[in-house]
Amino acid sequence: MRFRHACATVLVVTVVAACAPPQADNTGDQGGGETTGELTVWLFQEASNGPKEAVVDRAVAEFEQAHEGVTVNVEYLPVDGRAPRFNGAFNDPASAPDVAEFGNTDLAGYAASNGFADLTADLDAWDEGADLVPDVLDTATIDDKVYGVPWFTGTRALYYRTDVFTELGLEPPATLAELTETARAIRAAKPDLYGIAVGGKYLFALLPYVWAHGGDIAERDGDAWSATIDSPAARAGFARYAELITPDICPPAQCAQLTGSQSVAAFAGGKAAMTIGGDFNRAAVDEGAVKGKYGVVPLPGTTDGQIAPAFAGGNLLGVLRSSDRRQLGWEFVRLLGGKDYQRAMYDAMGTMPTFTDVQDGIAGDDEFLVPFIETVQAGTRFVPATPAWTQIDAQAVLPTALQQVATGELDVNTATSAAAAEMDAAFAG
Amino acid sequence: MAPPITPVAPDARTRAARQGLHRGETRSALLYLVPAGVVLVGLLAYPLYQLVVISLYDYGQPQAAGAAPLVFLGFENYVSLLGDPRFWDVLAATVLFAAVCVGGSLLVGTALAVLATRASPWARKLLFLAALGAWATPAMAGSYVWLFLFDQDFGLVNEVLSTLGLAVDGHSWTFGRFSAFGLVAGEIIWCSFPFVMVTMYAGISAIPREVVEAAALDGASATRTATSVLLPILRPLIAIATVQSTIWDFKVFTQIYVMTNGGGVAGQNLVLNVFAYQEAFAGQRYGLGAAIGVVMTVLLMLITVVYLRIRR
Repeated sequence: MRFRHACATVLVVTVVAACAPPQADNTGDQGGGETTGELTVWLFQEASNGPKEAVVDRAVAEFEQAHEGVTVNVEYLPVDGRAPRFNGAFNDPASAPDVAEFGNTDLAGYAASNGFADLTADLDAWDEGADLVPDVLDTATIDDKVYGVPWFTGTRALYYRTDVFTELGLEPPATLAELTETARAIRAAKPDLYGIAVGGKYLFALLPYVWAHGGDIAERDGDAWSATIDSPAARAGFARYAELITPDICPPAQCAQLTGSQSVAAFAGGKAAMTIGGDFNRAAVDEGAVKGKYGVVPLPGTTDGQIAPAFAGGNLLGVLRSSDRRQLGWEFVRLLGGKDYQRAMYDAMGTMPTFTDVQDGIAGDDEFLVPFIETVQAGTRFVPATPAWTQIDAQAVLPTALQQVATGELDVNTATSAAAAEMDAAFAG
Repeated sequence: MAPPITPVAPDARTRAARQGLHRGETRSALLYLVPAGVVLVGLLAYPLYQLVVISLYDYGQPQAAGAAPLVFLGFENYVSLLGDPRFWDVLAATVLFAAVCVGGSLLVGTALAVLATRASPWARKLLFLAALGAWATPAMAGSYVWLFLFDQDFGLVNEVLSTLGLAVDGHSWTFGRFSAFGLVAGEIIWCSFPFVMVTMYAGISAIPREVVEAAALDGASATRTATSVLLPILRPLIAIATVQSTIWDFKVFTQIYVMTNGGGVAGQNLVLNVFAYQEAFAGQRYGLGAAIGVVMTVLLMLITVVYLRIRR
C-alpha cells in the first residue's frame, strides 16, 4: 500500500511538473491579408438597439457594395456579458470576430492579451484621423500604440430638476461644497426626494470629485503604478463624495448599492432632485417622469467657475489581432468610425462624436449637449491604463471603500488606506 | 487463557474459493465500469487535474491568450489565499450560512413530512404540490421572485407590514449583513426543504405500523415513540439528507449572486463560490480562482467521505 501511494505521488508530481495550463498562440503576425469572404463584427447591444442597427445596416450595405465578394456579419453582444466573450475570443482565435466595438476602460486588459491589432500607422495615413479629439484618442492608446478608433465618447454632468429648484428658490450649485448644501436643503424641504441620487457603486461619479480636489486614484512612474487614493487631496474628494450617501441626502440603505444607471433611473423616475448623468442617459431621462422638467450644468469643481474634470468614457472600434482580414477590417472600422457615420450615430442614438469638427457642428443645433461639450473641452481624465485596472474594477475596490464609509463601518482614512493597499497589490501583479 | 484455536484449513479453502469467484467477478465488474470510467475521467478527472495545474501557475488573461509567459508559482497562490484575512472571513460566513440553511431545511422539511403523514389525502396532495412547485422553480427565478417580494419600495412584504402599522416604509432587507443573509437563507430553505420533506415522508411511511403499535401497547407516550422508536429508524435518512443539503448549501452561488447583487454592500455577503467567481473570472486571476476551487473541492470531499461512512 505504502509503495503504491509513493508511486502515485511520484506520478502526480511528474505529471504536474511536466504539463502546463493551455495557452493560445497570439504572438504571430498581425492578421492575414484575405480580401474576400465573411467579415465578422461584434457590436454592443444597447437598451434600445433599433436606431443603432439601422445606422450599422446602412454602413454594412455601403461596405458590401464597395467590396465585391465580402459579406459583413454583425453580431450584437450584451455589455454585461462581454468579458467572457472577449476572453474566449482571445483564447481561441478560431471563434474570434474580425472587428469589434469595445469599451475604452477594457483596452488595457485587451492589449495585455495581445487581443487587438496595432492601428497606429493606419490612423496616421487616414485623412480624418487628425481631427480626433486628443484626450479621447488617448483613451485608445497604450504605450504610444493606438488600438482603435474612438467611435463615440461619453462624459457626465450634473442633472437637476428645474421645477424643484424654482419652487425652493435655489440655484444650480457653483462648487462641490455648495452641491452638498443644496442637496441637504432639498431633502430637508422635500423628504420624499433624494437630494442627489448617487451611489456607492457609481465609480464615474466619484472620480470627478477626486480629480477636482487635485487628487487621483493612482499615479504612474515609468512602468510601475502606485495607488494615491490615500493621498490627502484624493481623500478630501473621496470624503466630499461619500458625504452625499448619508441619511439627510441619499440614505445609505437605498443609495449604498446604487450603480450609475440606477442613480439615473432614480432621477428619471422623479425620486431625486439631482444626479450625475451622461449625455448618453438623455433618452432614459426623457422616457421618465421628469421629461421637460430638468436642466444640465457641468459638474462644478472646488472653486466658483471651475468644472470638475470628467471621466472620458466611450467605445472604440478595433480590428482583432487574430483576424485573417486585417486590411478589410480596418477599412470597415474607418467607414463605421468615420465622420459621416459618427454623425449618423449621433442623429440615431445621441452619442457624442469624437471628431472636433463634428462636435462643433452639432453643438450649435443641440443645446442639451452644450454642458457636456464644455466639460469635454475643460479637460477629461481616465482610469489607470494598466491591465491591473481590470482586476481592481472587478474586485470593486473603490466601491467597497465607499460603501464601508457610507455604512459607517470605516472612516475615510482607514477605508482609503485599505483600498490603496489592495490597488497596490493588484499593480504589483 | 488459551488462545482460541483457529480452524485453518476450511477457512483457507473457502477464502480461495471466494477469491476465485471474486477474480472472475472483478474482471466483468471492471468491464462494466469502463464506460462510466471513461466518462468520469474525461469529464471529472481531467478538468480537476487542469484545475490543480492552473492553481500552481500565475495564470491570468494575458497568460491564457498566450501574450505573457507562464510562471510556475508552486503553492504561492495557496499561500496568498490562506494568508488573506478576507478568505477566512468568507469561509466562516459560508460555513455559518450553510449551517443555518441546512438546519432550516431539515426542520421545515421534517416538520412538514410529519404533518403530511397525518393530513388528509387532499391536504397532503396540496402540500406536496406546493413543495414540488418550490422545488421545481429555477434558482434564478426563485431569487428574483423573493427579491420582488421584499423590494423596499414596491414589495408585498413591506406593503403588508406597513398596513399592519409597522414602520417599515422603504426598509431595505438587503442592506444589513444579517438581514441580507437571512433573506437569502429564507429563499434557499424555501427551495430546498422539499427534498428533505419527500425523503423524510418516504422514511416515515416505510416504518411498519406494527412497530408503532407495539410501542403503544407497551405504553409509550407519543414523545417517547418519536424519540426512541421513530427517530432511530429514521436516523440514516436524516444523516443522508443532512450531508446532501450540506454539500448543496456549501456550494450556493445563484441565490447570493442574484439577491445580494454579487456579494452585498462592500462584499459583506460573499460566500466561497461567489468569491471564487469574482476573483477568477471577473478579476481574471484564473490561477488564484483555481486555488479557491481546489480548496473547496477538498472541503467538499471531506464532507463526502462523511457521507459515504454514514451510508456504509
